[in-house]
Amino acid sequence: MIRIDLPVLEKDIRKLKVGDEVSLHGTIVTARDAAHKLMVEEWPKFVEPLIKNGAIYHCGPVMKKTGKSWKAVAAGPTTSIREEPYEAAVMDHYKVRLIIGKGGMGPKTLKACKDVGAVYLHAIGGAAPLLADTVVRTKAVHLLDKLGVPEAFWEFEVDGFKGIVTMDSKGKSLHANLLRQSKKKRDAIIGI
Amino acid sequence: MQKDFLELIRRASCDLPADVIRVIKQGRNAEAKGSPSRSALDDVLENCDLASRTSRPICQDTGTNIWYVHHPRSVSQAALTRDIIAATRKATKLAYLRPNAVDSITGKNSGDNTGPGAPVIHFHEWSKKSLVADLMLKGGGSENVSAQYSLPNGAIGAGRDLEGIRRSVVDAVFNAQGKGCGPGIIGVGVGGDRATSMIEAKEQLFRLVNDKNPDPVLAKLEKTLLAQCNELGIGPMGFGGSTTVLGVKIGARHRLPASFFVSIAYLCWAARRASVSIAGGRATYSQISQQAMKYKLPAVAARKGR
Repeated sequence: MIRIDLPVLEKDIRKLKVGDEVSLHGTIVTARDAAHKLMVEEWPKFVEPLIKNGAIYHCGPVMKKTGKSWKAVAAGPTTSIREEPYEAAVMDHYKVRLIIGKGGMGPKTLKACKDVGAVYLHAIGGAAPLLADTVVRTKAVHLLDKLGVPEAFWEFEVDGFKGIVTMDSKGKSLHANLLRQSKKKRDAIIGI
Repeated sequence: MQKDFLELIRRASCDLPADVIRVIKQGRNAEAKGSPSRSALDDVLENCDLASRTSRPICQDTGTNIWYVHHPRSVSQAALTRDIIAATRKATKLAYLRPNAVDSITGKNSGDNTGPGAPVIHFHEWSKKSLVADLMLKGGGSENVSAQYSLPNGAIGAGRDLEGIRRSVVDAVFNAQGKGCGPGIIGVGVGGDRATSMIEAKEQLFRLVNDKNPDPVLAKLEKTLLAQCNELGIGPMGFGGSTTVLGVKIGARHRLPASFFVSIAYLCWAARRASVSIAGGRATYSQISQQAMKYKLPAVAARKGR
């Protein structure tokens, strides 16, 4: 298990490779469909200090409010491929070092990992209470009223958030490999 | 019945059915020691245990809430709908459900899981005195990789026969890759129209994952497809490995001569379903839904019953 403290230096991220198991410590920020659309349309300034040399987490959590503080009840990853049209531009603009989600992403994001110096970290899809329990504090929430609970920008301080690198800054992607291998098998099974 | 429905939602969201846990354990044991796939399924199992012990949602995407209510003649559907909606609002407040209903035009989240089309409720009147409600929470990631084929399909050489159905299912599971939170359970609806074909596919997902189709032709196809989908090697989360799907369930409806649809409803490993039977004011909870019970009937009777 490789420990990464956030924010992180580009040179440390470039050392990571596909298959590495990573544990994260520091701040990660949730952003999913509406947040990505908003970022590329408006390039909001408030986002910059949150994710520069930091991490975007594709997640729409279940949150519970007690008094003034918010607690993450369930916070697993959502499917990342929906952000494929936006992610490369977001990574480049804000200098994001880690994209966390599930299911992997496509060639545009893989190229951005190489160009910007970033990796894609795959968290376990559906493991929501397990991952929520690594959130030691909800530091802030942005645009909650406008975007709603699942789509808002949640700033999570995490301690030991686990994931596996499936796309690295050298241009390797576990997802692209498996797609190729399983396509051969599909063709054989279907008989075409 | 609001209180009983609230407890049903809590159970569906927090407790994964035992039959699903069992096949996930089998899948975990089949993956290589030290592999990311095995470790992923270890996390899944630990997560389910944690969710159950702490009454928290297994997955933060608490999904489309799909209700099937079988009720006696004396019970009002309007009253049942009110109770389900009230229970849904309460469950959202208690964080058993995430606010998951969004106005498709304005983008505004209703905040309480209700609104046009949410939750989804199907009613069936029956001659029994008891009421049985089945609930499934179906995640959006798995819904997005679900698919519908209109046969014939030239690209995969699928004609209007069993072989065409087989090719469609293998192709859909291939296309899903790891994006639907696999290992998944595959519900297949053959025939019907575009809408009822997918409804049939989703109803199949209420079956116990380890049951057997009473129709021998479909039972054989389910077995073949389970093996062939796993041969794809996509594995848990798309990390590679031998556990790509946990089960394949197939149902058929009559179609028009002009149409031949094969609908594939992909359900993530977090196959959340629960059932409650209410009689004489007493609620009894179960992990076996009324929809699953149908599959103990012979094929012909089951088809006639629909």
